[in-house]
Amino acid sequence: MATPLSARMPAGGGAASFAGYRAAGGYLGLARARELGAPAVQEAVKASGLRGRGGAGFPTAMKWAAVPPPDGGERYLVVNADEKEPGTMKDRYLMEGDPHQLIEGLAIAATAIGAGTAFIYLRREYTRCALELEKAVGEARVAGLLEGLRLHLHLGAGRYLCGEETGLLNAIEGKRAVPRNKPPFPQVSGLWGRPTVVNNVETLCNLPHIMREGPEWFKALSASSDGGTKIYGASGWVASPGLWELPLGVSAGEVLERAGGMHPGRALRAFLPGGASTDFLPASKLDVKMDFDSVAAAGSRLGTGTMVVLDDRTCPVGMVLSLERFFARESCGWCTPCREGLPWVRRSLEALESGEGEMGDIEILEHHARSLVPGRTFCALAPGAMEPLASALKLFREDFEDHVARKGCRYK
Amino acid sequence: MSVANIIVDGKPYSIEGAESKNLLEACLSLGLDLPYFCWHPAMHSVGACRQCGVKLYKDEADARGRIAMACMTPVVNGLRASIEDPEARAFRAGIIEWLMVNHPHDCPICDEGGECHLQDMTVMTGHVRRRYRFEKRTHRSQDLGPFVAHEMNRCIQCYRCVRFYRDYAGGKDLDVQGWHDSVFFGRTEDGALESQFSGNLCEVCPTGVFTDKVQASRPTRKWDLRTSPSVCPHCAVGCSTLPGERYGELRRVRPRYNADVNGCFLCDRGRFGQAFADSGDRLRHCLVKEAGGQVPAPREAAIAAARAALSKPGAIGIGSPRASLETNFALRSLVGADRFFVAISDGELALHRLMRDVLRAAGRRVASPREAELSDAVLVLGEDVWNGAPILALRLRQASRNAPNETAMREKRIPAWDDAALREAVQDRPGPFFVASPGPGPLDECAEASYRAAPDDIARLGYAVAAFIDPTCPAPEGMGEEREALARRIASALMRAKRPLVVSGSGLASAALVGAAAAVLSALVAAGQDARICLVFPEANSLGAAMLAAGGLESAARLLAGAPEPAALVVAEADLSRAAVRGDGPSLMALAVATIVLDHSPSATSREADLVLPAATLLEGSGTFLSFEGRAQRFIALRPCEFPVQDGWRTLDELAAPGREPRSLDGILAAIASELPELAAIVDAAPPSTFRMLGKKIPRGARRESGRTSMHANLDPRDPDPRLDPDSGLAYSMEGAIAAPPSLLSRYWAPGWNSDQSLHKFQSEVGGALRPSAAGEGAEIGARIFGGETGRAALRELAFGGAGAGAPGIPAAFARRGDALLVLPRRFAFGSEELSAKSPALATRIPEPRLFICPPDAARLGLTEGASAEIRFEGADSVPQVLRVAISDLPEGVAELPWGLPALPGAPLASWAAVRPSKEAAR
Repeated sequence: MATPLSARMPAGGGAASFAGYRAAGGYLGLARARELGAPAVQEAVKASGLRGRGGAGFPTAMKWAAVPPPDGGERYLVVNADEKEPGTMKDRYLMEGDPHQLIEGLAIAATAIGAGTAFIYLRREYTRCALELEKAVGEARVAGLLEGLRLHLHLGAGRYLCGEETGLLNAIEGKRAVPRNKPPFPQVSGLWGRPTVVNNVETLCNLPHIMREGPEWFKALSASSDGGTKIYGASGWVASPGLWELPLGVSAGEVLERAGGMHPGRALRAFLPGGASTDFLPASKLDVKMDFDSVAAAGSRLGTGTMVVLDDRTCPVGMVLSLERFFARESCGWCTPCREGLPWVRRSLEALESGEGEMGDIEILEHHARSLVPGRTFCALAPGAMEPLASALKLFREDFEDHVARKGCRYK
Repeated sequence: MSVANIIVDGKPYSIEGAESKNLLEACLSLGLDLPYFCWHPAMHSVGACRQCGVKLYKDEADARGRIAMACMTPVVNGLRASIEDPEARAFRAGIIEWLMVNHPHDCPICDEGGECHLQDMTVMTGHVRRRYRFEKRTHRSQDLGPFVAHEMNRCIQCYRCVRFYRDYAGGKDLDVQGWHDSVFFGRTEDGALESQFSGNLCEVCPTGVFTDKVQASRPTRKWDLRTSPSVCPHCAVGCSTLPGERYGELRRVRPRYNADVNGCFLCDRGRFGQAFADSGDRLRHCLVKEAGGQVPAPREAAIAAARAALSKPGAIGIGSPRASLETNFALRSLVGADRFFVAISDGELALHRLMRDVLRAAGRRVASPREAELSDAVLVLGEDVWNGAPILALRLRQASRNAPNETAMREKRIPAWDDAALREAVQDRPGPFFVASPGPGPLDECAEASYRAAPDDIARLGYAVAAFIDPTCPAPEGMGEEREALARRIASALMRAKRPLVVSGSGLASAALVGAAAAVLSALVAAGQDARICLVFPEANSLGAAMLAAGGLESAARLLAGAPEPAALVVAEADLSRAAVRGDGPSLMALAVATIVLDHSPSATSREADLVLPAATLLEGSGTFLSFEGRAQRFIALRPCEFPVQDGWRTLDELAAPGREPRSLDGILAAIASELPELAAIVDAAPPSTFRMLGKKIPRGARRESGRTSMHANLDPRDPDPRLDPDSGLAYSMEGAIAAPPSLLSRYWAPGWNSDQSLHKFQSEVGGALRPSAAGEGAEIGARIFGGETGRAALRELAFGGAGAGAPGIPAAFARRGDALLVLPRRFAFGSEELSAKSPALATRIPEPRLFICPPDAARLGLTEGASAEIRFEGADSVPQVLRVAISDLPEGVAELPWGLPALPGAPLASWAAVRPSKEAAR
C-alpha cells in the first residue's frame, strides 16, 4: 500500500532530511510543474481528483481555476497551517515529519496560479513545525528551488477563526480575524484585495506526488472516486490514538482497527468522523467509507478525517459541552447568531451537566441546533459547532433528559 | 440604470437602478418594514447582525426557499422574496432574542428610550419573552469626554460605531476590542473622543451605548422635545439641523437630513456649539450706558434713544457674517447701502468678493457638498477644509474613494453596497486626491500626494496645473522639475476624471489661491471636463454679507472719520475686536457719536456700546443664511422670543420706519428680492409664513408631547394659548399637519419607527432626497443663487487678473523676508468660531494657543517645543504677543497662529512677523 505522504518520515520520529527528501524524488514534481506551466499543472490536478483536505473537500483545481487571468499585479498563495480543530493534528504530523513535502507542494501551487508570494500561516503553538519549516525553507532557498517565489512563514496569534480562510487573510493583513463575505472570493479579492488562493497543508502535500507520478497513479491510490490517500486519525478512548495514512475511502472501522480498537473495558458508542465540527455517527455506522461523499451520505462530514470516539463510559452531554465551550470561546463576535447563540448553548449544557438543567434547556439546545445553520450565520463556525450538538440530541436524547430528571450526570 | 422586476410576498415591484441596490434598500424604499441593525444608509452593508433575513426562492416552483440576508442580496430581475414567510419572521425574532440575551433592558433610564432603533426592531419582530435564564455579560463603560456618554452594557455589537468612526470619518481612537460574546467598543483608555465627528455616534448607534452627554444633563424624551428645521450657524457649509427644546431650553441639536449638504451627519461643532444661545450671560434686556456703566432700560426708552441717535444724518451700519441676510439687509436699509459695512477687514471682504465673483462666473459648476462627494478627482488648494468646513471634509473623504471603488466594482464585480468587500479590494489606496497646504492635516491620509508649501507656492502649483490642462493659460515660471512633475500629474488626473473638483477658500487669506482655483476650473471647463469648484468661506453667512456690504471696517472708519459731523454707529451681531484688523475696532467706536449694538451675546463691542438692543439667536429668530455654495437656507425659530428680545431684523426695521408696523419675514424677503435680484431665490429657500398643509400649520411638538397643561402651572394654572409664529408655517403646538415639505420638516417619526432611522420613510428612496410634499414644494432644501452657465471668459479674467479686477494673477515664488516669518492663520474645529466657543462642553476642547513653526526655523531662532516666543507683526503698532511654540511640519519661513481662539482673538491674517525667544511667560 503506497503511503506517499508519510513514506519518508523517519521511523524514530523527527523530520525527513533535505537530502533524504531529494533522494526520494523530492522537488522533481516542482521541476516538472515549472516545465509544464500553469495550465498543465491545473489540468493534471483536475485529472487527479484531488479535493481539499481542510475540511470542506472542495476540488483543488476548481478553486485554482477561479483565479482571474494575470493582470501584472501581485497574487498570493496562502498555506492554511492554522490547524485548530479539536481532535485534529494531521497537518502538524506532515509538517513535523516532512517539511520539504509542503514546501514543494506550495511551490507547485504557486506555479499553478502564478503567485509570486506565498505565506505559510502557521499555528503559533506548533513550534516544532516552525523550526522544521524554517530550516527547510532555508535549505530549499539555498538550493535555488524557490527562485521567483517570496515565501513568508507567519505565526498566528492564536484564534480558531484564523483557520477560516477569509479570517486568516484578515489576520495576515493585521486586521481582526473576522470572516469576509463571499463573493468576492479570495481568488478575486483576497490578501490586500489581490487574487489569493488558500490551500490546506495536506492538500498541498499531495501535489509533488501528483506532479511526479501523474494523476492516474494518484487516483489509483484511493479507495473512492476522489484521488489519493488521506491522513486519518483516531482519538478518544481508543487503545492507541494516532494518525495513519490510508487510501481515501477506507471504512471507519478500518481506521479504528489501526488504533487497536477501543481501550480495554470501553465500548464504542458513537464517533465524530472528521473532527469536532462533524455530526456524531453511531457505532452501527463503522462500515461507512471515509470519503467525502460517503460520510455525507451517512449524515456527517469527512471534515479533516480525524475521528473522535465516544465510548460508553463517557457522558455525551459532557463531551458536547467540552466542544461547545471551545466553539463559544472561539466565536469571533461578528455575527449575532454565533456570538450570542453559542454561549447560550454552552450555559445550557453547563446547567444540564451541573444538575441545574431544566427541560426548557433542551428546547433551547434544539432551537439553536435548528437555527445556527449555513446561510443564517455569517460563516461556517456556528453551523460546524451545531453538528455534534444536533446529532447528539438525536442519538442521545435520553442522556440529556436523564440529566434533568436526575439533576446531574450519571457518568460522574 | 437597470430596472429589475422583483416579487416580494407575492406582489410585483419594479426597482430602478437595481444594479446599485440590495434587497434591504429596495424593500425600505418600497415602504416595506424590514428590521436591520448593521446596515446604514450612508455606510451600507456588511452582513454582521443577520437581522434582515428574508426568504429567497429560486423560482416559481420553489416553495421551500432559503433564509438569506436582504442587505447582502443583490436586486436582480426575477428575484422572489418573502418578508412575511413564517420561518423568516421566526428567524428575525430569534435574532432579537439573541441580541436581548445581554441587553440590560434599562429603557426607562436610558436616554435612547423612545427613539431607540433596538426598541423599534424588537417590537417589529414580535419578540416579547426572554427565555435566557443565565447571567448577562457586563462591561465597564468609559468616560469619553464632554460630548458622548458611553454605556457598553447596552451594546448589540452591530459594529456601526467603529465603521462610522474609523472607516467613514477617519477617527483613530475608537475601536473594537475583545472577542466572542465579549466584544467591546471603546477607547484603549478613558478620554475625550478625538474625532470632531464623534457626536454622530449618538445616531449611528442603534441603541443607547453612545448618547448625547450634553442632553443627558437635562434628559428629555424625543416626544417631549419641540423641534424646528434650522441651519447650523458655526461654519459656511450650512448643515441642516434639528434643534430640540423643552421648557424653553435647548436640549440638543441633531442633524436634519439634507441630501445635498450634510446627508445624515453633523460635526461636533455644529452639534455641541449652540449652547451659546442658553448661556447665562445672554443679552436679554436693553442696556443704556450711564456714568457708572451699562444699566438695563425699558425697551421704549432704548428704542427712543436709538431713534434719537439715528436722527442725525450719516449713521453707518456694521453688519456681520454671522447674522442672517435679513438682519444685514435691515441694517443696510436703515443706514443706506453705501453706509453699510461688514465687520471684517477690507482685505478679507475683497477676498470674499473675489470668491463671490468666481462662484458667480462658475454658475452651475459650484459644487454642493453632495456633488463634492461624488467627485472622482479632487485638488485641494491651501484650504484647511477639515477644520474650516468639517462636513465638506467628511464628504471629500468619501470622494477620495470613488475612483478606486469604481475600479473595484468594475473589475471584481463588487456591488456598490458591499462596504467591507470594497474596502478590502481598495485597501487604503487613495484615488486621485491631492492636498496642497502649508501644514499636515487629516485629509492627507486620503491623498495620493500632499504638497507642503507657502500659499503663494500652492497658488503657483494651481496655476501650473491649469497651464498643463489648458496650454493657452499662462504658466508660472521657475517651478522646478519636481513641482512641475507634480502639477502635470495632478493635471492628468483631473483630466482623466469624470467629475473633477477643485477646492480652495479664504482660510489662508490668499487671493492668489482663489485665483489659482478659478484658473484650474476655467482650464478644465475649456478642456470640456464636467468640473466643479468649492470655495470655503469662514462663517455661516460670509457670502451673504459680502453680497450686501459696501466695504469692510477700514472703509467704515474712513467714512466715519471723514463725515462732516459725528454720526452714530450701529453694529449688528458682530464683535469688532475679533476682526482681523489691528486698532480699527475700538477706534471706529471712538469716531462715532454713539454706538448702538444689536446682539444676542455679550462681546467686547457690546460692553463698550452706548446702547445695547437684545437680538434673537437663530433659536428664537428666523432668517436665512447663504452658504458657501450660494445655497440660501432658512432657519426657523425653535422657541418664541421673550420680550424684549426679538429678531435683529425686526428691531432694525422698527428703527428704520417709525410709526409703521415692522415687516414680517416675508416682507423683508420680498424687499431683498426686489432690491437685489441676484438674491431673489432666497424667497424660495422655504415656504412663506402663509404656508399650510391642508389648512394646518406644521407643529413643532410631537403628538404625544406631555405636560403641555402642567409645565407652567407653577406660574399660571390656566392652559396658555399657543404662542403665534408670524414668520413661518410652523406652529408652537403639538397639533397640526402630519406631513411637511422637506424644508419645513420638523421631526422624523413614522409608525413603528420612533428613532431617526425612520428617515427612509421621508425619502423618495433610501439615501436619496427627501420626498416632496403633496403641496408641490421641491425636494431640495434651500435655494441656490448660482446656477447659470459658466462664464469661461469671466473665470479666466478673475483667475489671471489684469484690469484691476480679480485675483492678482500668478504670484512670485515664496521668498523669505530676512528673519521674519509669514504667519498664517490656523483654524481649529473647536475654538476658532466665535459662537460655538461659548458652549461649555465645547470650551473644554479648545486647544491652548501656540505658535507653530518648523524645526529649521525653530533652530535658527533658538526656539524649542514649549518655549516662549514673542511675535511682533510688521507694521502693527500693537503690543507683541507672547506664545508657546509648537514644532510643526511647515515650510521654512512660514509659521501658523491659531485664529479666533477666545484667548487669542483677532490676529492679522497672513502677515509677516518677527519672532524671537521671550523671557516672558506665554499666556
